[in-house]
Amino acid sequence: MTRWSMVIDLEKCVACQGCSVACRFENNTPVVKPDEAIAGRAVRWNDVFPYPVNGGEEETGEFPNVTTRYMTRPCMHCENPPCTKVCPVQATFKDEEGLVRQNYDRCIGCRFCTVACPYAVRYFNWREPEWVEGMENFINPDKIQSDGVSEGPTLRPKGVVEKCTFCIHRLKKARARALAEERDFRPDEYVPACVQTCTGKARYFGDLDDPNSTVSQLASSARAFRLLEDVGTHPKVIYLQEG
Amino acid sequence: MLRVDPTDKAKLIDPLFAPASRKFWVGTSILLAVFAWGLFMYIRQLILGLGETGMDRPTYWGVYMVNFIFFIGISHAGTLISAILRVTGAEWRRPITRVAEAVTAFALIVGTLQIIIDMGRPERLLFAIIYGRVQSPILWDIISVTLYFLGSLTYLYLPLIPDAALLRDNCPDDAPAWRRKLYTALALGWRGNREQWVRLEKAIAAMAIFIIPVAISVHSIISWILATTVQPGWHSTIFGPYFVVGAIFSGIGALFIAMTGVRKSLGLENYMRPLQYRNLSALFITMSAIWFYFTFAEHLGIAAGQQVDEFPILASKLWGEYALSFWMMILLMTVSFWVLVVPGLVPDRAKKNLIFRPHFAWISAGLACAAFLALNISSVTPAFASIAIGDINLRSALWGLIIISLIGAGLGTALWFKKRPVTASVFASVLVVVGMWLERWNIIVPTMTHPRLVPFTVYHPTVTEFAITAGSLALFVLLFLGFFRLFPAISIWEVAEGRVIEGAQSKISIPQPESNDNWMRTEN
Repeated sequence: MTRWSMVIDLEKCVACQGCSVACRFENNTPVVKPDEAIAGRAVRWNDVFPYPVNGGEEETGEFPNVTTRYMTRPCMHCENPPCTKVCPVQATFKDEEGLVRQNYDRCIGCRFCTVACPYAVRYFNWREPEWVEGMENFINPDKIQSDGVSEGPTLRPKGVVEKCTFCIHRLKKARARALAEERDFRPDEYVPACVQTCTGKARYFGDLDDPNSTVSQLASSARAFRLLEDVGTHPKVIYLQEG
Repeated sequence: MLRVDPTDKAKLIDPLFAPASRKFWVGTSILLAVFAWGLFMYIRQLILGLGETGMDRPTYWGVYMVNFIFFIGISHAGTLISAILRVTGAEWRRPITRVAEAVTAFALIVGTLQIIIDMGRPERLLFAIIYGRVQSPILWDIISVTLYFLGSLTYLYLPLIPDAALLRDNCPDDAPAWRRKLYTALALGWRGNREQWVRLEKAIAAMAIFIIPVAISVHSIISWILATTVQPGWHSTIFGPYFVVGAIFSGIGALFIAMTGVRKSLGLENYMRPLQYRNLSALFITMSAIWFYFTFAEHLGIAAGQQVDEFPILASKLWGEYALSFWMMILLMTVSFWVLVVPGLVPDRAKKNLIFRPHFAWISAGLACAAFLALNISSVTPAFASIAIGDINLRSALWGLIIISLIGAGLGTALWFKKRPVTASVFASVLVVVGMWLERWNIIVPTMTHPRLVPFTVYHPTVTEFAITAGSLALFVLLFLGFFRLFPAISIWEVAEGRVIEGAQSKISIPQPESNDNWMRTEN
């Protein structure tokens, strides 16, 4: 069984926010007005922010030798996700490949998962999404939709929670292609949009259960760490420390 | 035809059929207007989305969640208290059970509404039943609140059966037909024969025992919604009992306010006597003490541990952006405790002492206000004092002055409150109810605004949230008023039964203790 995982090398990351932009276009994340964004309602499945977030100096060192650390953060797709455990209706769940998924058609908008997630990777649609003039023509047509199920880049109504899915629609497409070509699906046939676009090639994606995959190799590096390891979520996004 | 005591009929049954007073209609209209405002704002929120509230990322839960915990807490007024008192055979409970149970039922309705108001997609409410996951604390909550609501309704209804029969048989001739039908239907053919009484007593006894664990589970589970997450400030084992105690505490407060309102507006001074106030106050003081203990214990752990995730939350309460709501809560709770406890300790002869006069209270309160102003407005602070003893010393001295003046004000009012136990109870109750709302705010909001990976924020509720809160409160009072226009505010048969028991007990002669002489004689 595949266990999807991402490795982010912070040494290579230049904090260009390319991953955020790629994600936005790939997954049709709703646009919010500037005042709403200031109020903290911007939706960024893949966020880039200075680290440490609170109670630390953003810049270290003495001018001109200053450095700022940035963290880039997709969903951690935890092995032990606090969000799926609290969902009252199974709108969010961990599937057999370890992806933490979100079904917009099932979500009742109680926001318990957003409260439970220590990484704050979950976003709520406070209002009906409004597309800026002309942008509705560039919506990603990919969607995962069937009776009572809508996931991935499918357009969300107001009042539901959404989150990074590791581009689940790309995985489904790759699987379907393999099936159509009557061959076995290989784990290297699919990467999320952020991994594909990464300027510094800082992101790696693959199967953590395969000991020969890049992510498995990097996960055992001495530089490897996980975000908020002490909360016991066992994230499948692994960071490589700078320096 | 069931007979009823003529004074009970005059006091409890006849007013139900008398035309409502002007005051009642004015009050009802105001409440209806507030409710309509809340309803309008809710519909607006429904159309525009929850963006109309002040909630954002990371403050995903706000006032609605606070209201939910608050109202469900209030609901512990009744059923739990009246059930515990019934099980322990406390005779003095009889005149207040009906009011207590009504508070419970209506607080549960309004509390449950808060969750629906808070939902992003309320039309999917039934999903929680169709696709419900029992592993989620929300499902535990749905199960226990539903059980508690059904149990409370049953528990409100069972003692109402004989009263409904009394109303059916004793309503005036000009009573509207629908009310006759209503009472006849609710009386379920009650004739008051022995077999029916045995059955009713059995059912009430069984419900009283059943409802106690359910009530405790309700607020425990609400606390576990918070405590089962890994969020700093919530992940605490003390939360279950802490919330249950807080719920009973605020519940008694709501009960005091409700029963005094009923007592005053219907003139039931002969039913709800100082005995009820005294005994309920004792329970109130106990809950207050336990609440203080838990609050201290909860914060001590965080203060001593100083963990990086948790400590900023405590700091924001002690001296940060939530200091006002935190210290306001502490002040309200302390004052309410004082008002309930200290007047009882001051002997009547103390009125000769200057300290125990209202004038002294006014002067002390004025002094406290002046010192508080001096602390907060720099232009009022005398510059020479600041220079003479140093700024920090001056601030400490002013805080000391405030505390001493407040104690002085408390002493000055002690005898005034001692003469008015009902006023003291209601005054303390209002403080406690507001304080408990603030307590829930201080638990929910600071944790929400101090997450691990998002910059700290401050949460400001909007007009929508304010209107819906006011509307909910208005709905609660309206339900309460409406209910007591239709049903007697006091369980008539229970009070009558109490009189019989009291009468029987007064005939029992207690043997006099032997005197010393007698003891000597038996010894010899």
